Parts: sequence; C-alpha cells; structure tokens
Amino acid sequence: MSKKLSGGSKLYLAVIFIILYAPIFVLVFYSFNSSNSTSVFTGFSLHWYKELVKDTATIAALRNTLVLAVVSSVISTFIGTVTSVGLHYTKTKLYKKSVMTTTNIPMMNPDIVTGISMMLLFVFVGALLHKSGVLGFGTMLIAHITFQLPYVILNILPRFKTMDKYLIDAAEDLGCTPIQAFTKVTLPYIKAEVLAAFIMAFTLSLDDFVISYFVSGPTFQTLPIHIYSMTKKRVTPDMYALSTIIFIVVFILLVLSNMAQDQERMEKRRIRRELRQEKKEREAI
Amino acid sequence: MKNKPSSKFYNGISAPYALWCVLFIVAPLIIVLYYALTNSDGNFTLDNIKHLSMYGDTIARSIYFGLIATVICLFISYPLAYFISKTKASTQSVLIMMVMVPMWMNFLLRTYAIMVLFEDTGIINNILNALGISPVHLINTSGAVIFGMVYNYLPFMILPLYTAMTKLDYRLIEAARDLGANGFQTVKDVMIPLTKSGIISGITMVFVPSVSTFYISQKLGGGKYTLIGDIIEMQFQTAYNYNLGASISMLLMILILICLAVMNKFGEDQTEGGVVV
Repeated sequence: MSKKLSGGSKLYLAVIFIILYAPIFVLVFYSFNSSNSTSVFTGFSLHWYKELVKDTATIAALRNTLVLAVVSSVISTFIGTVTSVGLHYTKTKLYKKSVMTTTNIPMMNPDIVTGISMMLLFVFVGALLHKSGVLGFGTMLIAHITFQLPYVILNILPRFKTMDKYLIDAAEDLGCTPIQAFTKVTLPYIKAEVLAAFIMAFTLSLDDFVISYFVSGPTFQTLPIHIYSMTKKRVTPDMYALSTIIFIVVFILLVLSNMAQDQERMEKRRIRRELRQEKKEREAI
Repeated sequence: MKNKPSSKFYNGISAPYALWCVLFIVAPLIIVLYYALTNSDGNFTLDNIKHLSMYGDTIARSIYFGLIATVICLFISYPLAYFISKTKASTQSVLIMMVMVPMWMNFLLRTYAIMVLFEDTGIINNILNALGISPVHLINTSGAVIFGMVYNYLPFMILPLYTAMTKLDYRLIEAARDLGANGFQTVKDVMIPLTKSGIISGITMVFVPSVSTFYISQKLGGGKYTLIGDIIEMQFQTAYNYNLGASISMLLMILILICLAVMNKFGEDQTEGGVVV
C-alpha cells in the first residue's frame, strides 16, 4: 500500500512546508525582539507581550471577536440544525431545491460581494427608517449568521442520507410528538455533525475579515478589523506577539483534536480486537 | 402510514431559514442591482455600467493574476497532495494538520509577514547581503502580489486534492505502469481523470478569492497593481460612490459565475466535489 517516499519527494515536501511556515516564524521570532525593528534582532525580551496586555483597544477587539463568534455560531448552529431536519423530511421538492440553491449563493459569491451586498441592505433599510449609523454589533451578527448557515446546513444535511427513514416513523408510532422524535432520535444521530458544524461556524466567525469589514461600524470592532487598521500604518511588534499567541493556541487545539482522533481510532481498534477475541472464544466453546 | 401534521411540521421548522435567505441573501443582491442602476439621487441611470469600461485594465489584470496564482497553486499542490497521500496514515494526519495551521492564522498578519520578508531591507535581502549576493527587489512587484495569493490560498488547493487522492486506487497506477505507460502518461491518463473532482474544487476555491482580493495587492503591490477588489473597496470605504461600487460588484459576480459555470461544465460527470473542512 504505502510505499516509502523517495528522497526527492521528501525534499519537495520540506521545501513547501518551509515556505508555508517562514512568514509565521518571522512573526514569532520578532515578537521576542527587544527593539521594534523587523530586520535586526537586538535581544530576547517579553516587552511586546507586556505591551499587548496593556493595549486596551486590542483587548476590547479580542473580547468583541469572541462574543460575536459565540453568539453567532450558537444561533446559526441552532437554526441550521432545525432547518436541516425540516429540509430532509419535507415533501415539497421544489421548496427544498430553491432553498438549497439560495444556500449555495454565499458559498460561491466572493466574500467582498457578500459583504457589500449586506452593507447596502443595511444602509438602504437605515435610510428608509431615517436612521444613520446602523452598522454595528447587530449588523455584524446578522452577517456572520448568514455566512455561517450554509456551512452548518451543508455539514449536517448529508448525514441524514445514511439514517433509516423509518426510525422517525417508529418513534412517532410509539407516541412521540415530532419534537420528542427530534430530541430523542434525530439529535443523537446527528450529534457529531452538529458539533463539527458549530466548531466550523465558530472559527469562520473568528477569522472573517472581508465581510465584517464592510458591515462593521465604529462602535463595534473585531480583531481582524482592528488588525487591518493597525497594518495600514507600521505595525508594532505587539501585533506579532498577538499572532504568536494565536498561532500557539491554534496549534495546541489542532494537536489535541488530532490526538483525540487517534485515541478514538485506537479505541475502535481495541474494541474490534476484543470482539474478535470474544467471538473466537465462543467458537472454541 | 404517513401522518400529515408531521409533514407540515417539517416544512414549518425550515421556514424561518427560508425567510432568512430571502431577507439576507436574495434581498441584498437585488439591492446591489438597484444601486448599480441608479445614481446618488435614486434615479435610474446606466452611467455606472458605462463607467465600467474605465476599469478594463484592472479587470483584465485581476483575471490574469488570479489565473496565474491558480495555476501555480495547482502545480505545487498536485505532487504535494500525492506525496502526502502516499505516507503512513499517522504521518498523513500530521502533514494535513500542518497544511491547515497557517490557514487558521489571521490572513492579514500572514500577508503582513510576507511584506516584512520581502522588503528592500527585509529579512530575505539581509540574508542575501550576508551571503554576499546583491539584493533583489521583491516588494511592490507583480510577482509579490501573485506570491501573496499563492501563499494565502495554497491550502485551499492542497486539501481538496488530498481528499481526491486518498480515494485513488493505487493499483490502477501500478497497472498503468505495468502496461507500459510512462510517468507523464500515467499522470495524464490515469491520475488526473480520477482526481478531477478535487482539481475542480481546488481551482474554484483558489480562483474566486484570488480574483476578488483587495488586501494582498495593497500590501504587496504597493498600490501599483490595483485589482477589482481594490476598486470596490475604494468606492465603499473612501470614495463613497456606492452606485459605482455596486455596478463593479455586479460585474465581479457575473465574471465569477461564468467561470464557475465553465468549470462545472468540465466536471459535469462528477457528482461529488472534494469537500474541505
């Protein structure tokens, strides 16, 4: 099956990964610089990390980002899960088809078009209501939920394909209301997909710059928007310190999830081995 | 036995989302169209559409840069994804994780880091200096802009290709080689047709953001290589000409829809694309 890689292909992998990581290591390296130079390393220091903690604007932006990500991903996961159930069981094919086609629009459209289209909607409605300065937390929340929902739905909906369609009928025949059938039968079945969709929605929200940039107002800034306004000028290394922290957090999270997957795989293998053992023993008897 | 209240119930619970789609996906696009076809007083005009011809160069440049970046990504990623898919299962998951980590870093900071590397007194030139090689001018060139696109969107190409490669049956490659196909023929006649779904979704996922980007060109091109995204951003954030901005956005959307339609034509017999998490 898996053959050993030749030296050439190993070298190729190494070169691409070095290029992929070089800019990130530059940020990490110079975050520990004692001066604010990005070309000369004058000595190791944690100065910029202390600066970062003192920077109230950055900390506020970080808090805003987390609040927005949590609220938007909880709402979009909830709506998306309920919608997926509804769409899967609907008998109206045309309805399902038109909803799914519309769902694909934000996935295909460039972010910048999604961003400005929502901004124009908010500005337009604001003008109708004679209100100025409509852009803020509310508009960002709507925008984030809108771009998360397609990912949530497309993550959950395929799971139903493998579900026995009589399970729900059975539950309802046995006296479950549709809501009970959902909470007791459907939800446990799609649990893993719902969780994956939530995590995806959360990270999409954390990382989004382009759409947020157009629908945000001066009252509510998220971290990517704050970083954007910082990078317009010369960036001070406390931004490097911030990106180092982000990098380490992301790295730890991915390693943990990777380990969890490995653990699961090992666990499954162990169970399978035990079952086989048991079967053999039973056969021996 | 089908009970009717249940069916109505399922239509009912997806209705809020359908309403959400109408309000926040369909309505915004209609409003973009409305702005594109009116002037600042709200009267109907075709001036914004006529003004588009002023941006012919920019549009051509955006498509050109986007295409080059996409092709480079494809050529880098195809062997890479193949090599990754040939390693042990545990190595594969580590390598794929390593592909994903940079994607999770803020895209603005990554681009800024490239700028730091590329500057005339930046790290690359410092290293060249130390080695006694004359410095090279990297920043504010078209090459730097394209590098920025390739760098930022490379994982979007690697991941769907890798997904397609893992479904590839290696015995087919061995069979092709045994039957006398050379390396090039094996890739062209066996591997590429079998990984078409991954190629198509990779191309789409790199091309769309590359064509519509606005930050990369500002930071790495020094304002010399404006792209469609830059012009749209300018109309909305500094020039405040929403009507012109809307008409350029319409154009960008139509361009991308045409490109996607062409891509889908090529991949028509494929039902499932490589989905990236």
